[in-house]
Parts: sequence; C-alpha cells; structure tokens
Amino acid sequence: MSRGVLATEKRGIRELGAEEFVGWDEVTQGVILPSFESELKENVSHIRPEERDYSDFNSYTATVASWRVIKPVYNRDICIDCQNCWVWCPDTSIISRDKQMLGIDYDHCKGCGVCVEVCPTNPKSLLMFGEAEETEDALAKWPEKKKKAK
Amino acid sequence: MAITNIKNLKEFSTANERFEGAHLLCPGCAHSMIVRELMNATDDNLVIASNTGCLEVSTAVYPYTSWDTSWIHIGFENAATAVSGAEAMYKARKRKGTLKDPDAPVKFVAFGGDGSTYDIGFQWLSGAVERGHDFTYICLDNENYANTGGQRSSATPIGAHTSTAQAGRVSYGKKEKKKDLVAIMAAHGAPYVAQLAPNKWKIMAKGFQKALETEGPCFINTVSACTTEWKFDPKDTIHITDLATDTLMFPIYEIINGHELNILYRPKNIIPVEEYLAAQGRYKHLFKPENRHVIEQIQKEINEKWEYLQRREEARV
Repeated sequence: MSRGVLATEKRGIRELGAEEFVGWDEVTQGVILPSFESELKENVSHIRPEERDYSDFNSYTATVASWRVIKPVYNRDICIDCQNCWVWCPDTSIISRDKQMLGIDYDHCKGCGVCVEVCPTNPKSLLMFGEAEETEDALAKWPEKKKKAK
Repeated sequence: MAITNIKNLKEFSTANERFEGAHLLCPGCAHSMIVRELMNATDDNLVIASNTGCLEVSTAVYPYTSWDTSWIHIGFENAATAVSGAEAMYKARKRKGTLKDPDAPVKFVAFGGDGSTYDIGFQWLSGAVERGHDFTYICLDNENYANTGGQRSSATPIGAHTSTAQAGRVSYGKKEKKKDLVAIMAAHGAPYVAQLAPNKWKIMAKGFQKALETEGPCFINTVSACTTEWKFDPKDTIHITDLATDTLMFPIYEIINGHELNILYRPKNIIPVEEYLAAQGRYKHLFKPENRHVIEQIQKEINEKWEYLQRREEARV
C-alpha cells in the first residue's frame, strides 16, 4: 500500500525557477493552468494523491526543500498517530494514509516546526534537526522520556 | 451530500488532500491550514475564487497552481462577485440541461484576506450576500495587508504596530478600533455567519461543513496568525492562535439567520490579554509605561465584547 507514497515519481522533480515556460509577462489574461494531465473520470477527492496524474503545472511537481535550514525528523517508535501534525501542517507535508502517519514529505516541507510544537507525546515523536543531519544520527540522539516536575 | 467524517482526527486524516505543497506562503502561515481544512471537510466538487492577497499570489505563481479544484483569480475586490457569477451560470446551465454531470454536488467558495474583505472588497461582498447567491465567503483575517508589506487595514486592532501606523515617540501604533465585520455580515441577514480559528480544528471543520451545507450566502471570519507581520517564530502559529482564542481576543461564535447567536468555544481559563500581546513583536511598544493604558483599554473592550456575546446568546435576539 505504501508503494510510491513516500517517494512518488512526480513529486518535487523541479527546483523553483528551473522551469522552461514562457515568462510571466507573456501570459495573457484568462490563461488556464490544468492541474492534471488528462480530464479526471471522477471527483478528485476520491483519488489518492499517489494515483493522480499531476501535470507539470501543478505545484506538486515543484520543490521548496531549499527554503529549509532545519528539518523535522520523525520517530515511528514513539508516534501514537494522533494526526495533530497532519491537521496543522501548512504545507501538506505530513503523509498520512489509513489513519497512520507514514512520514514527512521533504520536497514540500519548509521547516516551520509547527508539527513539532503540536506533537503531544513524551518525548516528542517529531523533532527539529539541522538540514545536514542524517536521519539515523538524529534518531540515535533522541532524548529520553522527561519526568514530570513535582 | 458527501461529507468527510470528522468524528475524530484519525477519521478526518483519511481525506484526500486537494491543496498541494510547494506553494510560496511563508513557513508557518495559517492561511494554508485553513484552506486545507476547508477542502478536507468536504468531498464535493469545489469552485473557488480568490481575492488578491497572500493566498492568491502564493498559490498561483506562474507556471504553477497549488489547487486541485477549479480556481479563479480576478481582482483585489471581486472574489465574491466572480463566485456568484459562476454560481449563477451553474444554476442556469443546470436548468437548461447543458451540464456534463448535473448530479455531481458543487460548492462555491470565495477566499479573501482581511484587506480585500474588510476594506477593498466590502462593497462587492455586501452585494453578493444581498443578492443571495449560494456561496461561502471565507475571510482569512491576519489583521493587515501582509502581501504588500504589512500596512494597516480596518481589521488591525488598536495598538498594533504596522508599516503605515507606526509606533514611536508620538504614537502607539494604530489608534482606531477593529471593525466588527461579523456583526455587519449578520446584519445582512445571511443564514450563517461565524468567527472560527484553526487551533480548534473540530469546531472549524464543523463550521465549514455547516456553511457549505447551508443554502444561501454564508460568511466566515477566520483568525490567521501571520508570522511575518505579527512578528513571532513560525513554529508558534498554533500557540499564538491558542492565546488569541483563550484571551477572547478572537471569540469563536456563530450567528444563524442574523439573530441566533451561539458561542462555540468557552475557554476554561480566560487568560489576561497581556500574554497574547507579549507573545508578538507588533505589540512590543505597549509594554512601555506611557502606553500601558492601551493594554487596559484592550482588556476592557474584550470584557465588554464577551459580556455582550453572552447576553446575546441568552436573549436569542
């Protein structure tokens, strides 16, 4: 089921500004940008993102990863799938399927840190690390459970 | 109508996203939280129009669009007009039988910032509500013209520092009060008017669903914390919104048919407004001794407003 969910072929294939399109001053009024390659057979809210045929105009195919200086790292072992991070992520970057949190979409995450702030577990199951930090190193550094101050 | 189950957050999270990432809103912006929540709250087809503002310029940077639904951008002021035109055409084509899929439910939504809703697009919004089109207008209220450098709008509260109402030796920032747009829209007799906040996701999603279900023009004012112009750390967006609702700076309530007022959220502990003000850079100057009276005035007005809302809820008038 998780095939192509965390790393889809289409997502984040282009750096912003690297597109080969006409300039903004050549665009005329009334221009239409299609979000999908072909006309959809059903309502888009019934198709999972990994099964959609995104067109090159959809910002799904672009990446804003270069905005980030710190990144959230996800620790599956502590997560309780409360979905707080999913509902408050401003960049559609928390990937949840079938009520389970699967991971972070690093092509669209801007590193704001909202997900870490709203995480209710102890210790948090999402923490911010430097962009250069490897995931394994980050997980090895994970803090212990904090005791409540009496 | 097909509605996403929002009994709990796990159920809600099975919604298929229709708002894509790599839009260019600031990290931690509450606009996209609100937009995602609206689009996840329903399964129906959506026709969305946006006024010029942060949301519009950041989600349609040529050659990209972040919207997986029909989305129209026209001018600074006329999202309400555009969406009522689309709605009128939809009705006409339905009557003539020229729609491809006449049974598919379609909802019409307009988004505007507070600049385009409170000030520039107010006349257009008022007109569209008066004509009674079946649409939902959502104001993303970040209390200034954030897209153009943080100028004051009529939604900016008293005492806030903005680039055109500067705080300094002679002034404490904006001197005028915030316009009560929710009351003005309720006075239009709109069937559903509400003020909601993204930190209370369930109340907000239910409010959106109610507005989409209600036939006729609905207006929702949502508080959208602005990390850039309110001057706080991007990670604190939800914390600031929590403070906004718990200090009652932004009370959460709905008004049905222009008179039936329901308070949707009562904070267990009402926090003094000072905490909300202290968390933001735009109110920093109010803590100087000569400006303290402004904080007292803000607190007094909040208390009066809360008293007023509670009385209205009781009286049902």
